[in-house]
Amino acid sequence: MKKYALVLLLLLAVNQSAVSQLPDGLSATERGLWVAEEANRRDEGFGDTSTEILMRLISADGRVRERRLTWQTLEAQSQSEGDKSLTVFHEPRDIAGTAFLSYTHLNEPDDQWLYLPSLKRVKRIASANKSGSFMGSEFSYEDLLSDQVGRFEHVWLMNEPCGALECFVIERRPLDEDSGYSKQVVWIDTEEYRSWRIDFYDRKDRYEKTLVFDQYQLYLGRFWRAGELRMTSHLTGKSTELSFADYRFQSGLTEQDFDPDALRRLR
Amino acid sequence: MRSYGIAVWPVFGLLILWCFPARAEPPALEGYFSIEPRIFLDDPQFPDQPAAGLSASAVFAPEWVVEWDDGADRLTVSPFVRFDADDDERSHADLREMLWQRARGPWTIRVGVGRVFWGVTESRHLVDIINQTDQVEDLDDEDKLGQPLVSAEYWSSKAGSFSVWMLPGFRERTFPAKDARLMGAIPVDADRAEYQSSARSRHVDWALRWSDSVGGWDLGASLFRGTSREPVLEPRLGSEGQVVLVPRYDVVTQLGVEFQHTSDALLWKLESVYRRGHGTSFGALVAGFEYTFFDIGASGADVGVLSELHYDSRNELAPQTIFDRDWFIGMRVGLNDVQGTQLLVGAILDDDGTLAVVEGERRIGNNWKVEAELRVFADIDMDNTMIFGFRDDSFLTLRLARFF
Repeated sequence: MKKYALVLLLLLAVNQSAVSQLPDGLSATERGLWVAEEANRRDEGFGDTSTEILMRLISADGRVRERRLTWQTLEAQSQSEGDKSLTVFHEPRDIAGTAFLSYTHLNEPDDQWLYLPSLKRVKRIASANKSGSFMGSEFSYEDLLSDQVGRFEHVWLMNEPCGALECFVIERRPLDEDSGYSKQVVWIDTEEYRSWRIDFYDRKDRYEKTLVFDQYQLYLGRFWRAGELRMTSHLTGKSTELSFADYRFQSGLTEQDFDPDALRRLR
Repeated sequence: MRSYGIAVWPVFGLLILWCFPARAEPPALEGYFSIEPRIFLDDPQFPDQPAAGLSASAVFAPEWVVEWDDGADRLTVSPFVRFDADDDERSHADLREMLWQRARGPWTIRVGVGRVFWGVTESRHLVDIINQTDQVEDLDDEDKLGQPLVSAEYWSSKAGSFSVWMLPGFRERTFPAKDARLMGAIPVDADRAEYQSSARSRHVDWALRWSDSVGGWDLGASLFRGTSREPVLEPRLGSEGQVVLVPRYDVVTQLGVEFQHTSDALLWKLESVYRRGHGTSFGALVAGFEYTFFDIGASGADVGVLSELHYDSRNELAPQTIFDRDWFIGMRVGLNDVQGTQLLVGAILDDDGTLAVVEGERRIGNNWKVEAELRVFADIDMDNTMIFGFRDDSFLTLRLARFF
């Protein structure tokens, strides 16, 4: 009986930490960091995910190009590592089967590999292209791969209503010199700590892009994922929409599935 | 039209289909077809070669993929067919892949006809030895014939990947017809191929390979024992008393190593082989770097500069190579736009000649792609016996491909 009580206590403790409340008396910097870390904590333990993405590239005059890809992520084993992610392209057809593998690191350059199915070649590529466009979209590599807490300096600006919810408004400045941004402003709701909007400011401090998150769904009773993302570039008038379908959590992906040698197992 | 049809492969295919679990996904059909006119920039050097500068060609390359057991088992079938209006040998069909792959935990088993690439460098592929070069396709050594193979690969998180390859059945290199462009000064009579081994093309070849990625390093080592993919071209008398070149395939042992070090935008690459079997043993090396300037002038475009040095100590008993002591320089431009526009400019510089290449590609809509490849033989010296016969064969290939 004692054992069960202990387990129950532990469960309560875990549960408590999962919904811990913002402590009083924090400075704006401490508060910003606390919110970012809490959002991160709530996502811990997702293990692995895979999802099918439809990417719609919309030009300034409204022309639409579609891309399809499969995106898999493996959660980092420790705080010092970043997540691993594997993207396999299905459309456009000329790059069908091409795969992009990335290991994100907190304090050193990421490791990235490409698999080129026409040559059956695995190629390690230069990793300093953080600010470059991902597949001609309005998303850069860092938008998709580099949102770890440790890569930014955070400051809480204020709380304000966002739709039916209330949001923390946090300003974060990238520590990485290769980043394409001077700062980002993030809206995170006070209930579930989900991101709803990010404003991106380029290196010249111009308001460059806005990312809006929508269609949030809860998976495994714990993990929130947006079903729709829309990135709008204010400088070019172009935008990119991502729709996520068939989200799967903890389907047993392993380190091996994210090894460069395993890319050869793809088509 | 040369075709590749050994009765064993259809039988193998039927066997796979027969083993098929009922819950397999229906086969997905992918691939492309393309029209590829080639324009030769100069008049032909030899009287038998077609006088017209424009040569028509077309390719059909479908691929069927079937997966079952949640993708752990996969069957890939991809034939390749080219029709060429002016070169009977370039009109050819090949089974690029008919491969069954089974991935179970750390093990991957492959059985069938397949394509394997090893190596890290860009201008010469020394270590890559499993597949034969389909030389009528292009001059860059990157088009390969399907190779019959059985392999087992074991993956370890600490020690990398180990694989063993059994290669039953040898594929002979393809050569242009004796009245076609790019045939060289003396035509190659590929039908009279000679072998060192009495088993000829049925000699069973073996290979071992290890590869791993450790921090910024990508490493690989391989050992090959079997029929050399590179033939020695021996002068012989032809049926009409003229001189022809006959490919002779020696049995060789090749040890290969490759390194790549990656830090930020700078890649260092090295491949080296040591080969025994063509008379005196020899070593060869290709080493260089690639540096990428990202997002040039906030345009989104990337520009990479590449340079590689070639060294090869082989003597005249070994297959001839143009890469004895050369320097390759190149530049890659990627616009990172919606159309995936890319440009590659490169040159292999030698004392007695220069091979220059310009390649560009751009997607049109979702399913079409245009490509242009210019290959120029410049300042070719008489002493450069290997490519002196190509000195008037500079050409531009245009390619319009429809992917499905």
